[in-house]
Amino acid sequence: MRFPKPTKLRTLSQIVFFFLFLFLLLRTEFRGSLTASASETRLAYPVSLFFQFDPLVAISNALSSHSLYRGLLWSLVVLIPTMFLGRFFCGWICPLGSIHHFFSSFKSESKRGKQLIDSNRYKRWQTTKYYLLIASLVAAVFGTGIVGWLDPFSLLVRSVGLSILPATNYSLQAALGVLERSRYASVQTLGSILHFILGALLLSFKQPHFRLGIWLGLIFVFLVALNFRITRFWCRALCPLGALLGVVSRWSVLGLVKNPEHCNDCNRCLLRCQGGDDPVGGVPWHQPECHLCMNCVDECPEHGLRFQFFPGQKTVGTSLQRRKVLTGLAAGAAVVPLMRSTPGFATERNERLLRPPGALDEQYFLARCIRCGECMKVCPNNALHPAFSEAGIEGLWTPVLVPRIGYCESSCVLCSQVCPTGAIWEITEKEKGWSGDVAHADKTFRLGTAFYDRGRCLPWAMATECIVCEEWCPTSPKAIHLQTVDLIDAAGNSKQVKQPYLDPSRCVGCGACEYACPVQDRPAVYVTSVGESRSRTNQILLNRRKG
Amino acid sequence: MQSDLIHLSRRDALIKLLRVAGAGAGAAGLGLWLSEHSWRPEPALAMAAKRGHTIAADLKLPEMAIITGDDPAQLAREAIEELGGIRRFIARGDIVLVKPNIGWDRTPEQAANTNPDVVAEIVRQCSNAGAKRVIVTDVSCNDPRRCFQRSGIAEAAQRVGAEVVLPDPAMFKEVDLQGETLRAWPVLDLFLNVDKVINVPIAKHHSLTGTTLGMKNWYGMLGGPRHQLHQKIHESLVDLADFVRPTLTIIDCYRILVRNGPTGGNLQDVLLKKTLVAGTDPVALDAYVAKAYWNLEVASLPYLRMAANRGLGTYEFEKVRTQIKTL
Repeated sequence: MRFPKPTKLRTLSQIVFFFLFLFLLLRTEFRGSLTASASETRLAYPVSLFFQFDPLVAISNALSSHSLYRGLLWSLVVLIPTMFLGRFFCGWICPLGSIHHFFSSFKSESKRGKQLIDSNRYKRWQTTKYYLLIASLVAAVFGTGIVGWLDPFSLLVRSVGLSILPATNYSLQAALGVLERSRYASVQTLGSILHFILGALLLSFKQPHFRLGIWLGLIFVFLVALNFRITRFWCRALCPLGALLGVVSRWSVLGLVKNPEHCNDCNRCLLRCQGGDDPVGGVPWHQPECHLCMNCVDECPEHGLRFQFFPGQKTVGTSLQRRKVLTGLAAGAAVVPLMRSTPGFATERNERLLRPPGALDEQYFLARCIRCGECMKVCPNNALHPAFSEAGIEGLWTPVLVPRIGYCESSCVLCSQVCPTGAIWEITEKEKGWSGDVAHADKTFRLGTAFYDRGRCLPWAMATECIVCEEWCPTSPKAIHLQTVDLIDAAGNSKQVKQPYLDPSRCVGCGACEYACPVQDRPAVYVTSVGESRSRTNQILLNRRKG
Repeated sequence: MQSDLIHLSRRDALIKLLRVAGAGAGAAGLGLWLSEHSWRPEPALAMAAKRGHTIAADLKLPEMAIITGDDPAQLAREAIEELGGIRRFIARGDIVLVKPNIGWDRTPEQAANTNPDVVAEIVRQCSNAGAKRVIVTDVSCNDPRRCFQRSGIAEAAQRVGAEVVLPDPAMFKEVDLQGETLRAWPVLDLFLNVDKVINVPIAKHHSLTGTTLGMKNWYGMLGGPRHQLHQKIHESLVDLADFVRPTLTIIDCYRILVRNGPTGGNLQDVLLKKTLVAGTDPVALDAYVAKAYWNLEVASLPYLRMAANRGLGTYEFEKVRTQIKTL
């Protein structure tokens, strides 16, 4: 039996890991089940698995929190073999890398013939990723998780989960709607069958909407489109995880051996080179740039290239310019103080900065959160959204609860289940405890406090009966209580209505009242962050915070 | 330079002219047609829908059955039996819609949703009577995936063969409810195309009316901004009850929520009453349960009197033929 070609194996591996990633992302959703028992409300799959195998997330988590959150130790499974073998992860596993690989394989004006060969030679700008890595790790030392802006899994989950998939869902639903409303029964049946299949595979239960969604999508499309000009531009020039793996592969014992006697300078090895690592004869091989895609071995007509342990040939490591390294260090060191000397969580809180239940206090939260969007993707009420300015520049794309779009469900802790870094620390349904007597609980998770805008509230401003907020309040006893008052309406008739009041000792800030308020545009009851249990300082009442 | 000139035959020139004229005429025709079809867009008109699913009265049978006992499923069975048996209500081939309260993300013990065993037993009875389809659905307040699962109703009902349907935004139709207060509202279309409707609410505390019972359960067929209904709660309740007119109502008082309704959550708010109140007169049922468990008189529940005036039943439950039974 002939052993299959390494490139075939690599393609197979890329496909498997890409679809595994896509499957887990699609399952980052509470789907409910008609057959499941009432208590099975946790996700069936470890949906944030890829993050646990991401050494960049682990190192950032370690630098910024001086510890390693649940499961991140698994990243050693990627890190240690990379030390021996090189960046196999980039070429064989990374789903974002596979997407770039796929789109790079299309020919374009600037990637034809000699231009293609030249574009795949090693370029100085490929070192940019190392400076980005240095800057983001220095930032992590200063206690911020902004490495997630560029971490490939964060980027992928954020872009695909919060933008590409919702847009796909919208277009598929629209197409199915046309079929299912057709006047022909056969087309309707086809629509129903397709709906059933797509529903099981791809469709969301309800159309998700995410703030900033279009921008996240456009950034992603732009990064993918760059491949039409330069093969895997993201992986070669920007990816900080690729940079990290490149650095640690400096001592790898597996390497490319070029046999100069067989080389006739045909340059065919450069045609499909992914990393831009110069497998070509006459120049040294750039080991840290190589993705081990094996295309060059495949392509060489003289069989003059092969990978071998202890290759014993001179290679080039990460050739960084000292000045630029210093620039990276300085940038990382400067960016956090700059961001934090701008009013932010320490001095001026955004009243609408509502964090998910279980979220750590803001400084620890920003240190750990990698802005990946897992929590937003999983929230069954579509309540969590990527922040734009609510948490300052540093908090770009961190999760905020937007109660008008969705409130926090009292029995749900899915966001804390999927968070890969412990920014939202894992809590149980029982610990959350919002359906009970909050005022007398030992420890409570509160997101904020509800306030009334009496100028817009029906019983307060318009002598009209309502109490929907009280109806929806999930705690028991309820945080919203009512007083019956006698009023005179516009016609001069005396009338009794119930006016709502809020008891801050019982309010958890879930936002159900704001969500349900019938004043559709700007609700008459709204939640602000004051009183959030994670903060010692953002409080109103002396005796409210516990634990 | 002679070569740049193209010799155009008369024939070619004519064809060219005709082509341009054709395209121009087409564009003009389309433009005229479109401009004639220009009118101000309005939302789809509300459709008139079938209303009423009641069956003929039978003077020999009780109109209300109050059954107390330990097993919720057995209570449902006995209640239907006392009222004349399921075949009085369901004919072979009927499409039946069972409407429990699946409004909240709560477990059965918290008594915010109808008891799943009661729902399952009703489904089983309907199937036994030869119903073609038995649909169990509700328009939940909280996320329906969580409500249907955590209430235990989805699992219990589908196990005995019901079609459990989670509402989808595409499943609502704009309907003229023909009420005095409520006219055009989006209604879950399942309610519009069935033969029989069985209302299975749970009795709960509610701050606006004191208690939420059978007629309030019809909120769960509406989409749209239904939170506005509270502004004229009594008028709304009667309009909805007038629109649906169920075949049978079974109020679940097995566990009742006596405080902090309709969401509850705290087990201390729940009282175990182990009772089902079933019947064909929805007004009498609501009046009885309000009096029995909340000590509320008709005077404090104006919707009962309004419903009686509309001919939906009688609030004088004492005058209704009643069968009381303890198992």
